[in-house]
Amino acid sequence: MSTDRPTGELTAREGAGTVADVPERFENPGLPAHPERLADRDPKAAKRVERQLVLLLLISIAASIGGVVGWATIPVGTTLMDVRLSTLVLGLGLGLALLGIGVAAVHWSKTLMSNKEYVEERKPIASSEEVRAEATEMLETGIEESGIARRPVLKGALVGAAALAPLPFVVPLVGELPEQWDSRRFAHTAWGRVPAGSGGRLPDGTMGRRLATDPDGRLIRAADVTNGSAFQVIPHGLENEEHYLEEKAKAVVFMTRIDPAEMTISPERRDWHYDGIVAYSKVCTHVGCPVALYEQQTHHLLCPCHQSTFDLANEAKVVFGPAKRALPQLPITVDTEGYLVARSDFHETVGPSFWERERLDENR
Amino acid sequence: MKALAASRRHRSAPVVLLLLALILTGVAYAALTPDPATAQTASQEQIDTGEALFRTNCSTCHGLDAQGTDLAPSLVGVGAASVHFQVSTGRMPMANNSPQAERKDPLMTPEQTEALAAYVASLGPGPAIPSAEQVDPEQGDAANGMELFRTNCSMCHNAVGAGGALTEGKVAPPLDDATPTQIWEAMRTGPQSMPIFNEASITDEGARDVIAYVMEQREVSPGGITLGNLGPVSEGFWVWIVGIGGIIGIAVWMGARSS
Repeated sequence: MSTDRPTGELTAREGAGTVADVPERFENPGLPAHPERLADRDPKAAKRVERQLVLLLLISIAASIGGVVGWATIPVGTTLMDVRLSTLVLGLGLGLALLGIGVAAVHWSKTLMSNKEYVEERKPIASSEEVRAEATEMLETGIEESGIARRPVLKGALVGAAALAPLPFVVPLVGELPEQWDSRRFAHTAWGRVPAGSGGRLPDGTMGRRLATDPDGRLIRAADVTNGSAFQVIPHGLENEEHYLEEKAKAVVFMTRIDPAEMTISPERRDWHYDGIVAYSKVCTHVGCPVALYEQQTHHLLCPCHQSTFDLANEAKVVFGPAKRALPQLPITVDTEGYLVARSDFHETVGPSFWERERLDENR
Repeated sequence: MKALAASRRHRSAPVVLLLLALILTGVAYAALTPDPATAQTASQEQIDTGEALFRTNCSTCHGLDAQGTDLAPSLVGVGAASVHFQVSTGRMPMANNSPQAERKDPLMTPEQTEALAAYVASLGPGPAIPSAEQVDPEQGDAANGMELFRTNCSMCHNAVGAGGALTEGKVAPPLDDATPTQIWEAMRTGPQSMPIFNEASITDEGARDVIAYVMEQREVSPGGITLGNLGPVSEGFWVWIVGIGGIIGIAVWMGARSS
């Protein structure tokens, strides 16, 4: 390569090249010189490559047979080790069989097959004038013979039918949207409803939804919740409700007991805990992961997804991480039979933020 | 049969029937009531040995009468299970005052551990060391255990018990080395950062099911190499480095001119 760079003006230089040597336009350099490969020059090398190819294909054959034999000899379904071994042998058989063929094909084409370069001119894409004229004529004749231009009512009916045909498919799809996008269904959870048999009577005479363990649905007495113990809680009788999983996803609660002396409790939440038993929504206010890594010594509740940390001794306020809002607290107490019950639904929308969330909470 | 039918109107028939019913109820009750968890009763000798061991090994931090100091909590009422867990996993006595009490080779022999547990249990009531039957994975239902484990344990200990990170240097340890007894004791006593899962949170049967599930995870993985069961980190490393690296290598080989 020349280190000479084109300069602003073309000046004749002594020796190397002059302006007169620069051609009018560059010629097509053509194909580079065809290099001879080792296998082209030396029949011994070609023979060696052939043996390599046969070996590769033999490996492929052996792998295919091995896979089938493995499938036939290893019993599946007795022990886990057998399942693992059977899968491994089948996978290796299939993988090596295909890999052997592939590697052999590439190696073959690179070393033994002719590697002579050819030049083929590209054909024009457009059809010839006569063919195009004939096609246009055929179309025009067709339109003329169908008589559609002379019968406007028929044309209108055809267009109308074609336009309406997709509606039975599209309307149900779009018709679901208003319900799907109605964010009001996020505002309330199953804790606000008390179906028959799932509630307990509060001292003031109203009914509240009882708390139950997740997943086995046992009722919980206040005395069962000892200091530092962890309870994963769902509303009692939730499995009998419609859309059980959707309702569960909104209503899951983490409950523990903290010495009331260690807690900061704001005046309006004075009666939301029962003798130090606190219940908070388990749905992270960041993007909705289940927050349930509880460190009982620090009273910190961690989210496994992005390490948002909430201080349960201080109304689940955020102490670390990307979450912005505290976890909503479920106001609880005990009913006349001694079981823990929810006083009411959460006082705010659970889970992560969305556009209408603040407006929803204002209109609760 | 005829004699029996005739005698049902006999004067003493109600009394006989009542007696029969009472006996039947008593026998059924005795047969159906589950055995209460029988804590091994500790001898006074064992408690004395434990007290001596406690004075020499534990009292520096926990105080001469296990009443607790600024360094370590009181052990009155933590129960034998807590002591047995901490000492048999080597966590106590602690090597240094770090955020995480690491599992290490236990300092005490099993007899010494039981003596220590007996001494601490004598200070106040707490969870006892479980019987072999209570923690027998053979009697547990691993499927139900999986549901309980997923709800209660998996967020810290990983879905198959491979462990995970907490805050400020603390970790939820992998459960690979824990014995069934230690798993039961950890649930019931809540060592270090771990909260307590008492009988109201996870029933005794549920605890055994959880143990059965954890033990099942130690069997060979049917899906092949587990890569530590750590999820996207190790699997992503494998795919990006080994998988894509291999594909690039093959592409380079295919494009290279044969000599």
